[in-house]
Amino acid sequence: MAIASRTIIGKRKRWSVLGERAASVVFLGATLVGLVALAALLYTVVAQGAGEIDGPFIRNFASRIPARAGIWPPLIGTLWLMVLVTIAAFPLGVGAAIYLEEFAPRNRLTAAIETNIANLAAVPSIIYGLLGLAVFYRALGMGRSLLTGALTLSLLVLPVIIIASREALRAIPQAIRSGAMALGATRWEAIYKLVLPAAVPGIMTGTILGLSRAIGETAPLLVAGAAAFVAFTPDNLLDAYSALPIQIFDWVRRPQAEFQSLAAGAILVLLAVLLSMNAIAIVVRNRYGRDR
Amino acid sequence: MAVASPDLKSGRKRPVERAVKGALFACAALSVLVTAGIIYSLFADTISFFKEVSVVDYLTGTTWSPQSRSFGVLELVFGTMIITVGAMLIAGPLGIAAAIYLSEYAPAKVRSVIKPTLEVLAGIPTVVFGYFALNFITPNLLRSIVPGCGIFNWASASIVVALFILPVVASLSEDAMRAVPRSLRDGAYGLGASKLRVSLRIVLPAALSGLVASLILGISRAVGETMAVTIAAGATPQIALNPCESVQTMTAYIVQVAGGEASAGSLQYGSIFALGSTLFLITLALNHASIRFVKRFRQVY
Repeated sequence: MAIASRTIIGKRKRWSVLGERAASVVFLGATLVGLVALAALLYTVVAQGAGEIDGPFIRNFASRIPARAGIWPPLIGTLWLMVLVTIAAFPLGVGAAIYLEEFAPRNRLTAAIETNIANLAAVPSIIYGLLGLAVFYRALGMGRSLLTGALTLSLLVLPVIIIASREALRAIPQAIRSGAMALGATRWEAIYKLVLPAAVPGIMTGTILGLSRAIGETAPLLVAGAAAFVAFTPDNLLDAYSALPIQIFDWVRRPQAEFQSLAAGAILVLLAVLLSMNAIAIVVRNRYGRDR
Repeated sequence: MAVASPDLKSGRKRPVERAVKGALFACAALSVLVTAGIIYSLFADTISFFKEVSVVDYLTGTTWSPQSRSFGVLELVFGTMIITVGAMLIAGPLGIAAAIYLSEYAPAKVRSVIKPTLEVLAGIPTVVFGYFALNFITPNLLRSIVPGCGIFNWASASIVVALFILPVVASLSEDAMRAVPRSLRDGAYGLGASKLRVSLRIVLPAALSGLVASLILGISRAVGETMAVTIAAGATPQIALNPCESVQTMTAYIVQVAGGEASAGSLQYGSIFALGSTLFLITLALNHASIRFVKRFRQVY
């Protein structure tokens, strides 16, 4: 103890007051670096891109002439992806979460599935792109289609949805299940009628946040064959497509300042889409608050 | 789950119950299928690639020049590594310092504003960070220090990757520090220790396993990062120690080839799967290390 107290209290008192102040300033400063960077990022995007946003920019197709270029096909492509990924990944993810949280026996198989999901969540997104390229694009012959992109992104968000939904389910008190089952409900009836409705806000929030991550992804779509230049909006699942991040990448790569501004404009639209998704998540969470 | 759920396997048969359970199990099992798919799709093309290019040449070669059939991965590994190291040198100290501030210094109100705002950074698509590197970091920041800095350079890539992983490191480290029980701090305060000493000598060591895990996770994110480094660092595979020069990372090469539509079965096509496998194994090892580290050194209070 004597040693411990000496090292903790120390003897350098002169150092202390000034040091304390300096340290707290340093820690605060480090925290502010991230915030300042965020502000600089948003400022750069708005300063360069706000002037681009107008009717024609939203409604026009891609063009080699900057003044005529617009984001209509990639915007529609992104909205398509959003819908398709939700349809594919949401039921699967929630289903897997219910199984793992409510039904799974504590055995090796379950443990293996859990480890597997944790590992999947940490796989870099570009690897999912290679998976999409090898499996959906080539082996299943879907080519550069909307379906290839949507399935690739669905696999990418699946672990995120599973993990978020499990947390939401875990937050529902055990007493609700026991009570229902004591009254004669089966396990599934208890889950379907009581646990799931109570867990919906948490599940929705997690899913929307996961989805908003997927919508901003560029690398997996690029690798799995999204096109940077499409002259039409997709109207069936096997059509070629573009997406906002792909369009942004295509413009950012061009050295001319006009294209950089177009990229900034498209970034603003993408950020607006992501922001509205996050806003919905926040509203869902507050509206059906989990103050239980 | 474990709380005495009554055994309901009584006389009544429950076909619905069993069907539902089966369907839900299938959902969970799908994740195993996805992993199998990843491993199969990566390794099948990797193996055919290594039938034509020797593994030793791949792992030890220092020239990556697919046109002249030279696939020495070290040049690309260098690109990935130098950007990762640069990013961690920035994001590591900043992230942990920010975590100390948020966990030990910040009033609850300030923290409830700053933490979510910081996490917004992690939610910004990485392609946007690439744009930020080209249009702000390099022209406004780097060129004010080194006027002749190339437009594609690994310094700007390191900086934007650092921004991208900063919230990850800060947030996870802060969680680890907040998990350190109040009583440990109070004990030290009771002995007359100052706030700084409590933070550095009590909380930091107690949360060490969480801090290391957050740093490893940051490294793993930086290694797998694609768009920001593709845009910011350019596409010149070379071993360049000058931060103002362009390098190419493993991920950037995959994007370059995949976007350029290399025909299936060609060596270039095979090479992106070889790189994918390499990347997959590296990140898997890092994640494994992080989990092991937490399990081994976590102190349960």
